[in-house]
Amino acid sequence: MSVVEANLEHDVHAQDEHEHHEELNFWRKYIFSEDHKVIAKQYMITGIFWAIIGAAMSVVFRLQLGFPGANLSWLKPFLGKWITETGAIDPNFYLALVTMHGTIMVFFVLTAGLSGTFSNFLIPLQVGARDMASGFLNMLSFWFFFVSSVLMFISIFLETGPAAGGWVIYPPLSALPQAHMGSEMGMTLWLLSMAIFIMSSLLGSLNYVTTIINLRTRGMTFTRLPLTIWAFMITAILGIISFPVLLSAALLLIFDRHFGTSFYLSEIYINGEALPNVGGSPILFQHLFWFLGHPEVYIVLLPALGITSEIIATNSRKPIFGYRAMIASLMAIAFLAFIVWAHHMFVTGMNPFLGSIFMFLTLIIAVPSAVKAFNYITTLWRGNIVFTPAMLFSIGLVSLFVSGGLTGIILGNAALDIQLHDTYFVVAHFHIVMGAASAFGFFAGIYHWFPKMFGRMLNNTMGQIHFWLTFAGVYLIFMPMHYIGIAGFPRRYYQFTAFDFAKSFTDMNMFISVAAILTFFAQFIFLWNFFYSIFKGKVAPANPWKSNTLEWTTPVNVGHGNWIGEIPAVYRWPYDYSKPGAPDDFIPQNVPHSQTLESNFPHENAYIAQEKEIEAQNYNDQFAAH
Amino acid sequence: MVYLVGLLLIVLLGIAVAVAAKLQNVMGNIKSASDDEAPVPNNKINGALWILFLIAGSIGMVWSYLSAEAYFLPEASSPHGRETDSQFWFDMGLLTIAFFAVNFLLFFFAWKYQYKKGYKATFYPEDHKLELIWTAIPAVIMAVLVFLGFRSWTHIMSDAPADAQVVEIMGKQFGWVVRYGGIQDNKLGNYNYKLIDDNNSNPSGIDYSDEASFDDFINVSEMHVEVGKPVSLKIRARDVLHSVFIPHMRVKMDAVPGMPTKFWFTPDKSTEQMRAETGNPNFDYEIACTEVCGRGHFAMRLRLIVEDKASVDAWKQQQKPVLSQILEANPKFISKIPERLRAKAMDYAPYVEEIDSTTATTGSATATSTSFR
Repeated sequence: MSVVEANLEHDVHAQDEHEHHEELNFWRKYIFSEDHKVIAKQYMITGIFWAIIGAAMSVVFRLQLGFPGANLSWLKPFLGKWITETGAIDPNFYLALVTMHGTIMVFFVLTAGLSGTFSNFLIPLQVGARDMASGFLNMLSFWFFFVSSVLMFISIFLETGPAAGGWVIYPPLSALPQAHMGSEMGMTLWLLSMAIFIMSSLLGSLNYVTTIINLRTRGMTFTRLPLTIWAFMITAILGIISFPVLLSAALLLIFDRHFGTSFYLSEIYINGEALPNVGGSPILFQHLFWFLGHPEVYIVLLPALGITSEIIATNSRKPIFGYRAMIASLMAIAFLAFIVWAHHMFVTGMNPFLGSIFMFLTLIIAVPSAVKAFNYITTLWRGNIVFTPAMLFSIGLVSLFVSGGLTGIILGNAALDIQLHDTYFVVAHFHIVMGAASAFGFFAGIYHWFPKMFGRMLNNTMGQIHFWLTFAGVYLIFMPMHYIGIAGFPRRYYQFTAFDFAKSFTDMNMFISVAAILTFFAQFIFLWNFFYSIFKGKVAPANPWKSNTLEWTTPVNVGHGNWIGEIPAVYRWPYDYSKPGAPDDFIPQNVPHSQTLESNFPHENAYIAQEKEIEAQNYNDQFAAH
Repeated sequence: MVYLVGLLLIVLLGIAVAVAAKLQNVMGNIKSASDDEAPVPNNKINGALWILFLIAGSIGMVWSYLSAEAYFLPEASSPHGRETDSQFWFDMGLLTIAFFAVNFLLFFFAWKYQYKKGYKATFYPEDHKLELIWTAIPAVIMAVLVFLGFRSWTHIMSDAPADAQVVEIMGKQFGWVVRYGGIQDNKLGNYNYKLIDDNNSNPSGIDYSDEASFDDFINVSEMHVEVGKPVSLKIRARDVLHSVFIPHMRVKMDAVPGMPTKFWFTPDKSTEQMRAETGNPNFDYEIACTEVCGRGHFAMRLRLIVEDKASVDAWKQQQKPVLSQILEANPKFISKIPERLRAKAMDYAPYVEEIDSTTATTGSATATSTSFR
């Protein structure tokens, strides 16, 4: 009888497991996959694709700025009629290039590419889940992003060119096709693409938050979560609240463009015609845009900060200093992010009283940011630092975050912003603190989790060379831009020869352009390393970085469902590195305190009693019986 | 030629990187892990590079600042400009200290605490007192900076003094139209965007049902203001967003279609003075656009001439009121002016034999309007 019973149990058990293991066809396994790891890689490849395009665009317009008289006819095969007869870039297309560079980098590379890759890849693995809360919505989120990408890509090749009003697309310039050719079909596609992008982002964010709250494994309390997860969760919340406001701004713009409304338009005379629209305000768009726009820069930055926390701790062989302070500062930054947006609008003509309020709130944000920087540095102190390429990029990120963040203090001062708004000082500031820092976070993440993604190692030496060239390059490009900004040179200028006060910038601009071109080429070291190592890299060990977090407890080639058998339970926080008394310099999260008596602190011995409780928890294994 | 050399250098660099990487791989396979091998190759080199970068970077920063100084704008030509400049450099001084100090610690620690086999890192997860200290100190510094900024900002954004020279500056694709209130009443008349008519000399849409408009004149290339006396700019735009930027005066304010804005400042250095100070006899104050507005955004230049009262008045005398220009080109325009004002409007009409006027007034030159014929 017991044999029969045993068989019955076995059958029931096997049936449950097999529910999730019917063999999927090629399309559902690799293309329309619902597996978070596949989706993460799809985001990553798309992000890299867009990064190459966005960076190439910046090289083209830097050619114009650095070598104003140069003959660029050799670009004709790529840019066609956008190179004039004399070999110069068409001034209309110059504006299109800077607009698309910004749009692509901020949204497609550093939001979708960065969050989409690492939130998707790491959340289930680090919280101990089989997959995201909804694999289906996750799959949709990527494919909406893909559609959005296609639309934006197509817009680049239109006869009238892509959107060209700056990445902020302020109306009336973006609302009136007659104001600029980029405001014709290019702007329509931009808006359509972004509307779908926002849908994708929301689907993703909702999934991330739900998974983190609901699908943590046994024993994974919130204060045992790695800082990457905290950062991804807070980033997702930022996105959920702020992206819909961009959608409304975009919708109202679509109405003004196509349905005769006047949300943003009032008293306009253009191309010989007085338009009928009255009552609207361009300032309304700016408020709506920047209500997303400011949280957006933190959406870009926070995942990179989370990744850096993890990598610095692991490679210093030390706990991240001030874990709770790091969480508190993430929350403070996120909260403050919502109430500082109008520091982008000090000189728009809005009520100066608002300027005072936003100046005050903006300068407060410097405080939690400073705390984070100090905590990273203290983590290095008395560490035993291993310079993996990921670690190099993480340390570089801290440097860039500090350097770029400091100039934010100047710009947040409304009185000082009068002179510096819309000059290259601003361009230098945000490229260093957001663009470069997050790009470094992207690189660091790839270097660190590549073994987990592909089961192979990237070449370390190439990675280190890639880092030093890029780090030097970024500083060489953006430091001089501060000087040009102080000297008053405005943004989005095709050339600077029309004004006496700007004529003397030739040398500095040339220097910047040369640095930009060299840094661009240095990225090919990474691209080669990346694609080569996917196929021919050295096979990775299970835990190459000797890290504590849960993703390293899966098999080297992670399959669907992440863990074979039970998902591990978690008993401690992820930062027990170099614990006094421990035989090794790391103790993974799934090692119970009952097994580390020699290194437990006195209060930790009390946790041993809770271990049975943890193991008996009704855990959220999606593969278990429903 | 330069491009070819550049391209070859890049290819050479690429080959060098590939060789270095391959070499490391080969060496890694040959050497067995020696006692002080770090878990990744080149650890010591990378540690040293942090210090090298620190030193080279610091020298580079100092050198770049010293060589860039020559490009900076001369001392501001307005009191508020000098005030914000000195606050800027004070703030930058503080920030530069933080920049060097924090980056130094980062790079120094990275080098000093590089991997040493057998060394155990210090388990130091938190220190509440330390956190409090480095939260409080930045907070206090921020508070001071905010206060200084607030003080300057409220003063700069305060209402213009009553005796300010009022000048309207309107942005359009792609230039500026400056309008003065005229030498008769020194008062800007109303405008209405529906009255804008580029073909009929009225790019600003001046509304001639308001008699204050009659003597208004415009200029599309120059703005003349009196030195030492406040200027109140009335800023507007007629098509898309523009922004009035006067770099030497430290003035910036967006020009918004449908929403007039304003900015006041006191130009206390004349153009002539600047020509002497900078040693450049061709120096001119310039007004630029700093809100992307389309193809010609980079070329919206207006000259600002700051001079003594007599010169400004003389220049104003020479400007023709817009109404005169309109009537000269199109005498029938008089019928668009409200009847009660037509007599006054006729003062601005050019002196011609026949004037198609429906009023029974003496439509010819009178003593009051000699200067603009």
